[in-house]
Amino acid sequence: MTSHAPIAHRLSVAIILALALAPPLSAQTSLTRPPAPGVPADLRLPAVQLAKLPNGVTLRLVEMHEVPLVQVSLRITGGARLDGDQSGLATFTANMLDEGAGDRDAVAIAAQAAYLGADLFTAADWDHIYLDLNTPKRTLAGGLDLLADLALRPAFHAADVARERDLRLSAIIQQQDEPGETATLAFNAITFPLGHPYHRPADGDSSSTTRLDSVAVRRFYQQLFKPDQAEFIITGDLTLAEATAEIGKRFGRWIPDRMARLKPPIVPIAQSPNRRMVYLVDKPGAAQSVIMIGAPGVARANPDYAAIEVMNTILGGSFSSRLNQNLRETRGYTYGAGTSFAWRPLPGPFLAGSSVRTDVTDSSLVEFFKELNAIRDAPVSDVELTRARNYITLALPGQFETTRQMAGQIGELLDFGLPTTWYTGYLRQVRAVTAADVQRVARRYIDPQRMRVVVVGDIEKIRPGIEALGLGPISVRGPDGNAPTP
Amino acid sequence: MWSRLVRCWPALACIAAAPLAAQAPTLTVPVTVDTLANGLTVIVHEDQSVPVAAVNIWYHVGSGDEKPGRTGFAHLFEHLMFMGSEHAEYPAFDRLLEAAGADNNGSTTEDRTNYYESGPSNALALMLWLEADRMGGLLPVMTGEKVDLQRDVVKNERRQSYENEPYGLASETILAMLYPATHPYSWPVIGSMTDLSAASLEDVKDFFRSHYAPNNASLVVAGAVKTSDVMRLAQLYFGSIPRGPAVPRSTAEAAHLARDTSAVLEDRVQAARLYYVWPTVKGLAGDDAALNILAYLLTGEKNSRLTQALVYQEQSATEVESFQDGKRLAGDFWVLATAHPGKGLPELQGTLARELTRLTSDGPTTRELDQAKNALEARLLRQLERVSRKADRLNSYFVRTGTADGFAADETRLRAVTVDDIQRVARHYLQAPRVTLSVVPLGHPELAATPTQVTP
Repeated sequence: MTSHAPIAHRLSVAIILALALAPPLSAQTSLTRPPAPGVPADLRLPAVQLAKLPNGVTLRLVEMHEVPLVQVSLRITGGARLDGDQSGLATFTANMLDEGAGDRDAVAIAAQAAYLGADLFTAADWDHIYLDLNTPKRTLAGGLDLLADLALRPAFHAADVARERDLRLSAIIQQQDEPGETATLAFNAITFPLGHPYHRPADGDSSSTTRLDSVAVRRFYQQLFKPDQAEFIITGDLTLAEATAEIGKRFGRWIPDRMARLKPPIVPIAQSPNRRMVYLVDKPGAAQSVIMIGAPGVARANPDYAAIEVMNTILGGSFSSRLNQNLRETRGYTYGAGTSFAWRPLPGPFLAGSSVRTDVTDSSLVEFFKELNAIRDAPVSDVELTRARNYITLALPGQFETTRQMAGQIGELLDFGLPTTWYTGYLRQVRAVTAADVQRVARRYIDPQRMRVVVVGDIEKIRPGIEALGLGPISVRGPDGNAPTP
Repeated sequence: MWSRLVRCWPALACIAAAPLAAQAPTLTVPVTVDTLANGLTVIVHEDQSVPVAAVNIWYHVGSGDEKPGRTGFAHLFEHLMFMGSEHAEYPAFDRLLEAAGADNNGSTTEDRTNYYESGPSNALALMLWLEADRMGGLLPVMTGEKVDLQRDVVKNERRQSYENEPYGLASETILAMLYPATHPYSWPVIGSMTDLSAASLEDVKDFFRSHYAPNNASLVVAGAVKTSDVMRLAQLYFGSIPRGPAVPRSTAEAAHLARDTSAVLEDRVQAARLYYVWPTVKGLAGDDAALNILAYLLTGEKNSRLTQALVYQEQSATEVESFQDGKRLAGDFWVLATAHPGKGLPELQGTLARELTRLTSDGPTTRELDQAKNALEARLLRQLERVSRKADRLNSYFVRTGTADGFAADETRLRAVTVDDIQRVARHYLQAPRVTLSVVPLGHPELAATPTQVTP
């Protein structure tokens, strides 16, 4: 919508970390040479304070008093990986929490939150259900009353479930319009085996969504929502004493339901094929082809995490990365290209992707594989290495600026069982990464000969060129990644 | 997609509120303002809470200053500003900033082009030096090859964000119906493929000379900085750039629709979407605040009139959105509603008409109006958490009103809106000729709104 949103120079490519800095400005006064940045200060992150209610509810708090806002994130362990054969159940249950709770219906909940100046938000990812409240401090009490209703007294009325189910079915149909969405669904269905949680969309598909009803949603809620599975991350203009009192008042008498807990599923291992495979999804008349190349990636607990992050920054994780420089800035094939490792407790995918002009789909694939091979075949230059290490380490203070960012960072550490002092060690590790490390992790974790290539585009136009590349066997798939039914 | 529209309300910064705001401190973002001898305005806001700094430059030129035949040029030019300058040859700009842990980008609207960096505060001097080098020395290193390359990138941007995006061509269809062909708001910021192809190296040079001078720009620095350091560095790096000629800006008139017009666009979409668009007023002008609140009352929350009726009660729509887009020369008010796949737009039209009439004749309740003000005020408060957001907002206020710290004034402006104002603007602007666009799945014109006309 050009008329409303400014259009930007570039897509934002990657999330970057980095740290501290501070004081004196460079005294350099030359107009013809860039001033060297001053010395960065040490990273100083505020302490994470901890408290526990007698019933097992945990509170973690970081005080931030610059703006009179408070962010309260309630995390319940267990998300879409527990969906079982009802894919979409966790995200749908999260969605239903604010569609009726306590003595309010969906509309009244939203009206009350907005009246208080609060943002109230529910969601699920693979491993958690989240209830987030962001509110001016002066309306915190009213906001927490709402949050407690959502978490402890959701209604799950059949009529509300039916309405939200119909909206979700419509959204699933509309996903076909978005070639990027189609590519993601197809890539995941092809890359992760049946029975693996990542094989199916976290938001469900048409058949699983049709089966959603209030009985299934309530049972799933009862299986997950237990006080000892609940953790608050609170950031902003509040002290631990205030937080403990306010949360205790509303969640202190929460007793566990008798409903049995869900056991994590036994997950089949996602493996790369023995040879490269190409999958085409037809989008007749498409102005561009969406390319996704990848494989099952790496678990977050991997000891090579820091080296992988540096390697990815150089390969496709920043604007100056090799892939974006090549496909966008040198050849003009695209508006942007990049790579990413999805960090999750179970290995998420490694992906290299872009949207490219239809008539250079084959040429773009050539360049993709050129870069995926090059990062393995030769050590990166010192200039690239230093730039990537600095980009990661120096940008970190900007990742702790808002109450939401702070809560997100703490949550990420908790997701992976990392201590809150973890960043200090991580910075040291990033600074120690060598060109040999980068090449080693590229060879170990990126295998271009065994990747899956998914292309969503106008098959009639792009197939001959792709065939000529001889990348591997080519098959045509439907928009959900499955073989089309004749 | 739609949530993006909400965040882009031009007046989003404003805000205020009734009962809650009565206890709230008035929002202020203290600044120091100075103007260099060459006309560059420098605005500094100190915020020491986190060791980051944001640099934000607005050049007072956008697609609203383009001429027919060169649509999309202001934005294409923006891309060229990243292609190297006299002492920072391509690709030094991005590489130096990344090596300092800083991010950067730029963006173009109808009315302005901005460029910004944010990162650790010890990189401030580098950020300013790079901005100064391209303000003073872009042309010595500009080449036809650079123009050709970024022309390709921008064409890819158009393909990705408009042509390959569902409903992506709706807005340019509407703008062409809403404004006369000579008006620069009648074409989209991204421009047409034909005009992008026509842009030449000479055009680039002319454009730079006429629009990219210090006297046509304003610079904001916000964050963990010392005002005296910023002023000294600004003088050092920007002070020697010569003043340019006075820059006349486009003075095209606001749009006026003599009668209803409608069109149908067939697109590769699964669900039909209805657009109603009316001409309104400029940003920050008289009724702009009331129109912003009107948009919230219609679709800002689940209990807003159109959302509640269409999505929750009748369940005929999957999404509803509305906003006042107040620009420098003119404004327009948009309502968008998407039907469930397979459903037609006529059944949405009756409810839209009924709810618009009901709000106009009865007005919102005091509670609804207070909710709108509180929600918008809180949204502004959240913007104050980031120095980069504050920097862009300060520049926006400065360019549009002459006062950088316009937060309180904006707050007052919204706080002053009454129930009568809402009824008045709903009647005056929305019970007037409008543009109606139906975007329907290919081969399904029967889903379009009534009455239908053939797409021009």
